[in-house]
Amino acid sequence: MTVETKLPYDRSYIEQFSSQLNEPAWMKELRLNALEQAESLELPKPDKTKIGKWNFTRFKHTASGEVETITSLTELPVEIQDFFDKEALPENLVIQRNHTVAFAKLNDDLANKGVIFTDIFTALREHEDLVKRYFMKDAVSVDEHKLTALHAALMNGGIFVYVPKNVQIKEPLQVVFWQEDPEVALINHVLVVADENSELTYVENYISNNQNEETVANIVTEVIAQDNAKISFGAVDNFAAGTTTYVNRRGVGYRDAQIDWALGQMNDGDTVSENVTHLVGDGGSANANAVTVGRGKQTQNFTAKIVQFGKNTDGQILQRGVMKESATTIFNAVGKIEHGASGANSEQTSRVLMLSENARGDANPILLIEEDDVTAGHAASVGRVDPMQLYYFMSRGIRKEEAERLVIYGFLDPVVRELPIDAVKKQLKQVIERKVN
Amino acid sequence: MAGSTLEIKNLHVSIEDKEILKGVNLTIKGGEFHAIMGPNGTGKSTLASAIMGHPKYEITEGSITLNGEDVLEMEVDERARAGLFLAMQYPSEVSGVTTSEFLRSAINARREEGDEIPLMKFIKELDKDLDYLEIDQNMATRYLNEGFSGGEKKRNEILQLMQIKPDIAILDEIDSGLDIDALKVVSKGINKMRGEEFGCLIITHYQRLLNYITPDYVHVMMQGRVVKSGGPELAQRLEAEGYDWIKEELGIEDETVGQNA
Repeated sequence: MTVETKLPYDRSYIEQFSSQLNEPAWMKELRLNALEQAESLELPKPDKTKIGKWNFTRFKHTASGEVETITSLTELPVEIQDFFDKEALPENLVIQRNHTVAFAKLNDDLANKGVIFTDIFTALREHEDLVKRYFMKDAVSVDEHKLTALHAALMNGGIFVYVPKNVQIKEPLQVVFWQEDPEVALINHVLVVADENSELTYVENYISNNQNEETVANIVTEVIAQDNAKISFGAVDNFAAGTTTYVNRRGVGYRDAQIDWALGQMNDGDTVSENVTHLVGDGGSANANAVTVGRGKQTQNFTAKIVQFGKNTDGQILQRGVMKESATTIFNAVGKIEHGASGANSEQTSRVLMLSENARGDANPILLIEEDDVTAGHAASVGRVDPMQLYYFMSRGIRKEEAERLVIYGFLDPVVRELPIDAVKKQLKQVIERKVN
Repeated sequence: MAGSTLEIKNLHVSIEDKEILKGVNLTIKGGEFHAIMGPNGTGKSTLASAIMGHPKYEITEGSITLNGEDVLEMEVDERARAGLFLAMQYPSEVSGVTTSEFLRSAINARREEGDEIPLMKFIKELDKDLDYLEIDQNMATRYLNEGFSGGEKKRNEILQLMQIKPDIAILDEIDSGLDIDALKVVSKGINKMRGEEFGCLIITHYQRLLNYITPDYVHVMMQGRVVKSGGPELAQRLEAEGYDWIKEELGIEDETVGQNA
């Protein structure tokens, strides 16, 4: 078959790039194999959205010039300072500016307990075995499709988090991925591993400002919860209109593990997002919460999927979207219970609120059940602001615009309130406000 | 100024081309409590909704003024800020917006930007009214009316009344679905509003509410009109004898809208 999209970078470029980073040989090998596979593999096929013509391959791979280290958070642009509570700065924070760590801080106590919280390249050098054990093995495979292969070949940023056995972290780990260069792609890999009986909260923020310049974000996130581990994962994605985004966040939960997602998907560009959790062990649970606001002409496709292999597992999907202007959004919610997963429960709710005649929204509830002794339920709706609610608000003297604003926030609130860090919750509300008004 | 005046003249109202109100005349002044009674289907709730500006009701004739200002020219929110309030029979459930957020927005809508009610003051006053209406404190943080029982919804409407302090309130079947204890509490809240500055129009088809709230004027609606008005003794007679004697007196066979004597 013919492949129309020419890959932007070749073998020798990748060899050189990997060498410059002092990556281990296996990593260089993995990249080169991935590049080969990327040439023949096809793009993913998100349900009901055609992405064949989207730009996933035209971008600059590296930023020019050195990145300055940030000594104080006050040096950051205001829109990034908003991610933090000024009164109580995060204990554990990494700021990645373009592809380089500009700020990094980890509580000493956690470091002493063996917690690893560092960029992916440092991790490849200093914690090679751990990274090798998990990198694109249990959660996402290199050869799933063209974008995962491209990701592996060209990964140019990312974070590694490891929490050892029996270590419970109360203070969140927060990462800001600040894509400052408007033309450079972010091919970011996030790998979060919670070992047995451990607990952590991780929150990430993606931000860029390229209104006009075209570029790409290709993000693969792997979240591994070993037996009885608990991971709370929050995110606010806020790429500007020029960025075409593929973001794949995948979790694997073993026996009695719990993975809770709270995703604020606030990109302004075309976006394909998949958030899949595999509950492999018995007794595991997953909550997949996601919220989005679509505006302008952007097209977005969100898939939330929980696959339950283990007995007595619980999978909960909650998606909310607000569509305005000419935005198009498809929500796919997939609950899958495999044969043998007796006692499993799968629930899902997807709701889309339409604010304009030209916006398009679709919610597709899917339950795939191959076991008898289970419970499952789904609800999906696409609707407009209820005129009776507006009447009620206005009958109390609240102006129409304010009433609509309250109804829209209210509509999104069940997901927003799940975000684990207050400052990020507040920041998400600000982004929502910006996108809605 | 001793309170506001709401004046309804020859009001005709239709819903989906069906005429429900056929010339209602009524004046409510600050300091007065009016009760509108009448069997089901005679247009009582339509009158309440038309005054507030419910989008489904069309005014085909007549006028409503508040202190001489044309209410019909105002949007729903403007009517509210001008001093009108409607405790609804079936208030909407609003997921994601807490009762407390809703109330604060309503109070702040009446204040200038930059002069919003201080949070502590708001909480203090809210707590006071919650206690007065024997409402669990956690209602303030629950989503507005979502999962509320019938009685909780009614108490919440009266809570809003007490917090917003309108000039003229219309209470649309605030007693329906309430047990006797809840009825007493709701009445207590309404009675607390009494004063020179506050006028009230109570719509009910049960006389029992009027055992707890004594109206100054009682009106009976049938066939989309006020057919009889009187003092509190009228309510007592209705309680004792029902509506039949009025129908007989006026030669009405079917009191519901769409029928004519």
